[in-house]
Amino acid sequence: MADIVFVSRRHSGQRIDRAVQVLVSLAALGICAFFFWIVSDLFAHGFGELSWSFVTELPRDAGRGGGIASILVSTVAILGVCLSVSLPLGTSAAVLLAELGAREDRFALLVRRCLDVLAGVPSIVFGLFGNAFFCVALGLGFSILSGGLTLACMVLPILIRSTEEGLRAVPNEYRMAAAALGMTRSRTIFRVLLPAAVPALVVGLVLGIGRAVAETAALIFTSGYVARMPTSFLDSGRALSLHIYDLSMNVPGGEAKAYASALVLLALLLVLGSAALGISDRWLQRRMIRI
Amino acid sequence: MFRFDRDRLLVWWLRIASGVCAGIVLLIALFVVRESLPALREVGLGRFVTDASWHPTSDAGSGLYDLTPMLAGTLLATFGAVVLAAPLGIASAVFCQFYAPTWAAQGFRRVVSLLAGIPSVVYGFWGLVVLVPIVRMLAPPGPSLIAGILILTIMIVPTVALIADSSLGSVPESYLLGASALGMSRTHTVLGVALPAASSGLWTSILLGTGRAIGETMAILMVCGNVVALPDSIFDPVRTLTANIALEMAYAMGNHRSALFVTGLVLLGMIALLVAGAGRLTEERRRG
Repeated sequence: MADIVFVSRRHSGQRIDRAVQVLVSLAALGICAFFFWIVSDLFAHGFGELSWSFVTELPRDAGRGGGIASILVSTVAILGVCLSVSLPLGTSAAVLLAELGAREDRFALLVRRCLDVLAGVPSIVFGLFGNAFFCVALGLGFSILSGGLTLACMVLPILIRSTEEGLRAVPNEYRMAAAALGMTRSRTIFRVLLPAAVPALVVGLVLGIGRAVAETAALIFTSGYVARMPTSFLDSGRALSLHIYDLSMNVPGGEAKAYASALVLLALLLVLGSAALGISDRWLQRRMIRI
Repeated sequence: MFRFDRDRLLVWWLRIASGVCAGIVLLIALFVVRESLPALREVGLGRFVTDASWHPTSDAGSGLYDLTPMLAGTLLATFGAVVLAAPLGIASAVFCQFYAPTWAAQGFRRVVSLLAGIPSVVYGFWGLVVLVPIVRMLAPPGPSLIAGILILTIMIVPTVALIADSSLGSVPESYLLGASALGMSRTHTVLGVALPAASSGLWTSILLGTGRAIGETMAILMVCGNVVALPDSIFDPVRTLTANIALEMAYAMGNHRSALFVTGLVLLGMIALLVAGAGRLTEERRRG
């Protein structure tokens, strides 16, 4: 937009222009200030608590002492359940929406509408549903399995949207070339289209993991509070985000460890976020060079 | 002989998988309704707004099931946050699109997307240890409606800012060139051309921000005080619908548990209204 020259009338017009510029800059600056306030506060109080033993030790004294080893294990287990269910389902739905569902197809339209609604459901309602369906109706109880399955429902829309976009971005020549070679539809999907869309799939995956790791409300009454080291997927396990909540609300004197846990959580998310960004950037570059 | 047709098999699998994904929404609605039916039947919808207070028990006769303070809490917190976040978010999007040099705009977008990625429990924790003590100094007790509004504002500003930014970015350049040719100043172009042209996108950004504010649980639970009462001032503690579920679900039984599912149903209803509104806006934009 640099090539558009705006005429500034002198006097009053110029003054208003200046005032508006200051105002919108202040808005942006204020938002940045809040961000740095939050991050610097977490760093200032949490960094001193971080150590290798914090990651490898079990929590002691309701989390006031020790580390977060069992909590990390639970978090990873919940994530594992979540992804092993949502990844195949999500990829399949994305293939259907992008490759087989013509725009006017009733079924595809219905699926898309349902996913839009799913994306808007508040996380606490996912928690209610997970408790009623997985914990009670299916009899899984408060367990890593219940929590992971609840999160799987939650991240599906994210996974599907990203993978679908990736598939749609695969050039049409690929499909024509595959058809010209006499490849069957399933072979085209597995050997040509999905490999070409892998970067988008990975971006969706990383975004989904980010959402799942950050989630708390859906896990309170599905995967439960127990801070012990879980021994099976039917054990209750406390996720990292829930650990932060518990330490800050229910454990007097748990603040220091809560700071450290929050920092670990942020670091995890930051690594995931930059991975997603890096992958999508590299993918875009590759595409631009080839075309 | 049965011929093994891989293609047909694949298509069926894809349909089944997509059906499962779509069915989750129906399953959620079904289960929330099913679990709230006992309370709706035994307590009745009317008592959720007419009872004297919120003292739910599993026995419908002796319990009191007034949800209005929580409803008021959710509406007040959401309203306050949207009133603050909408102008802030849209102003920062205008900054990005029309006033900032490229590096500043890019840096700002990066900060906003990082802000959007901070988990709500971290926001809540920060609010609890930083914001609440500040509010306490101004006016005790500290955990209050205003603390909730401020935290929610920081949380939904990224949503508003990012969507407003992209919808301002998709205003056709010819409009801006036209404005420039007419000798309009930058401010007049923004206020008179760009904002009206992007208005449906801006409203969508506000609606999505509102949805996020209504559904937010952890942050608001940690800073609002959670007292069931209508607040007299913004410094009084409140409890929202989401916090109500999160706080009591762990030990609720019978009609009490069912009443919490009614709370969830109310939340779902509010979100459905918002999604319908956003859908209508998108359609309008496509047609216009």
